[in-house]
Amino acid sequence: MAAAPLLEVSDLHASYGEIEALHGIALGVERGAIVALLGANGAGKTSTLRAITGVVKTKGTVRFGGNALNGHGPEDAARLGIAHVPEGRGTMGALTVWENLMLGAYTRRDRKRVLGSYERVVGYFPWLAERKKQLAGTLSGGEQQMLAIARGLMMEPQLMLLDEPSLGLAPIVVREIFALLKTINARDGVSILVAEQNTTVALEAATHAYVLETGRIVVSGESQALLRDDGIRRSYLGY
Amino acid sequence: MQELAQQVVSGLASGSIYASMALALVLIYRSMNVINFAQGEMAMFTTFIAWQLVQQGLPLWAAFTATIAVAFVGAVLLERIVIRPVERAGPLTIVIVTLGLLITFNGLAGLFWGYVIKSFPSPFPAAPINIGGVAFSSQDVGIILVSLASLGVISLFFAKTKLGLAMRAAALYPAASQVLGIRVSWMLALGWGLSAVVGAISGMMVAPVVFLDPNMMQGIVVYAFAAAVLGGVESPLGAVVGGLILGVLLNLLGTYVEFVGTDLRLAVAFAIIVAVLLIRPAGLFGRVSVARV
Ligand SMILES: Nc1ncnc2c1ncn2[C@@H]1O[C@H](COP(=O)(O)OP(=O)(O)O)[C@@H](O)[C@H]1O
Ligand SMILES: [Mg+2]
Repeated sequence: MAAAPLLEVSDLHASYGEIEALHGIALGVERGAIVALLGANGAGKTSTLRAITGVVKTKGTVRFGGNALNGHGPEDAARLGIAHVPEGRGTMGALTVWENLMLGAYTRRDRKRVLGSYERVVGYFPWLAERKKQLAGTLSGGEQQMLAIARGLMMEPQLMLLDEPSLGLAPIVVREIFALLKTINARDGVSILVAEQNTTVALEAATHAYVLETGRIVVSGESQALLRDDGIRRSYLGY
Repeated sequence: MQELAQQVVSGLASGSIYASMALALVLIYRSMNVINFAQGEMAMFTTFIAWQLVQQGLPLWAAFTATIAVAFVGAVLLERIVIRPVERAGPLTIVIVTLGLLITFNGLAGLFWGYVIKSFPSPFPAAPINIGGVAFSSQDVGIILVSLASLGVISLFFAKTKLGLAMRAAALYPAASQVLGIRVSWMLALGWGLSAVVGAISGMMVAPVVFLDPNMMQGIVVYAFAAAVLGGVESPLGAVVGGLILGVLLNLLGTYVEFVGTDLRLAVAFAIIVAVLLIRPAGLFGRVSVARV
């Protein structure tokens, strides 16, 4: 029997007040995998990530590393090892780069190991060290996205959820960010679930992908297979 | 010259009270976008507790310390029990609740301690203190030192500790904070606790001057609110500077400008504030947010 996936979602519903945005979705992220969550604007990508960490009201099951996450808030998801890099990056613009990073490690007690994580993160993003006293709001969009990822890594997470990291960024920056995600995944064994509208870039980085349409998963499979399937590409991926 | 120096120091003394109360208001405003209208009454109520402890025979500084602890714990509990249930109901609901608290604390103080004005012992010597050949009221100097020290401790807490940083983050960026594991709702409660501590200190500092009665903080809270708006209601530093400016300004106006006297001080203060806000709508220290996409 294969080991259970790190993240296992089934029959997940999410709603905003009376309006249901997710109508029972199922997905899984294997340990060490990069999984893409694709779909047009309004398909439910953000809602899916929010449902997993409990930012929105949900029904259904979310299991992470064998624990049921349902009924817990995002604060507990963070403690269990899920770094949620939210839509819009969650940059704390009036705080410094250093403060942003330290807040990433908020749940960790061992200061020595936190500084160890800081060294590692600076290895990926050397400019962070030079600009740690700068207000995060003065960084460029790409830098803010990298800071958001770096802050997530400060948590030493097992799983990282990224909500449209490519949004509003130049193609060259997007490629840089996805290359970094692959490095982080390979070197540190951080599993990744990335929501994207930038289909090509996401599928090239991911091993598996799910395509969402109005709150339902309509297609899923290995990314290479999805990339090769012209029918799927035309009907669901829109190019 | 000598009189001017005395008037400035005396203005700084009332200013540091306004500054402390303004800071208490700003701490809560920043995290909930709500003015806690009960802030002054909470300060008054805790000052009565200090008075009661002194009546029971506790030394003044012990009563002072115990009151600070009671204020902190009491306000955290108050937030958990009364504010928490309406936390997500929107600012207007919370404002109504704080108005309810205002009335409740005022009524309870009247019920427990009556409306007869009481004298509150001063921790400072009665003899004036001589600085550079000028005699200043020890009371004034003491109030300034204690208030500024407590404000200094609070700002160190926010600047240097992990919890202080998390409280700032939770106030400004609640959604981004909670996915990092910060318990935003508890940070609000801690903010209430800290605000109540600052309020209790100002209540105990000002009570020997204005005397103790259930309505003693009401005028002060109006000035504190004015100070917060003047400094920029989002900015703790602005609240403090706004309070000090207001205190000095009002005192000088009252002393040197014949027609202002004591009666028109508040009106003049508000005229000045309106003028400042016309030029700088965010207040003196209100920051125009920096953001790039
Ligand atoms: N805060 C919200 N309140 C109400 N409806 C929302 C909210 N956020 C998203 N929705 C709705 O949920 C659906 C899915 O949105 P979302 O998850 O943001 O999609 P995506 O991230 O794929 O663009 C949309 O119909 C959207 O209008
Ligand atoms: Mg989205």
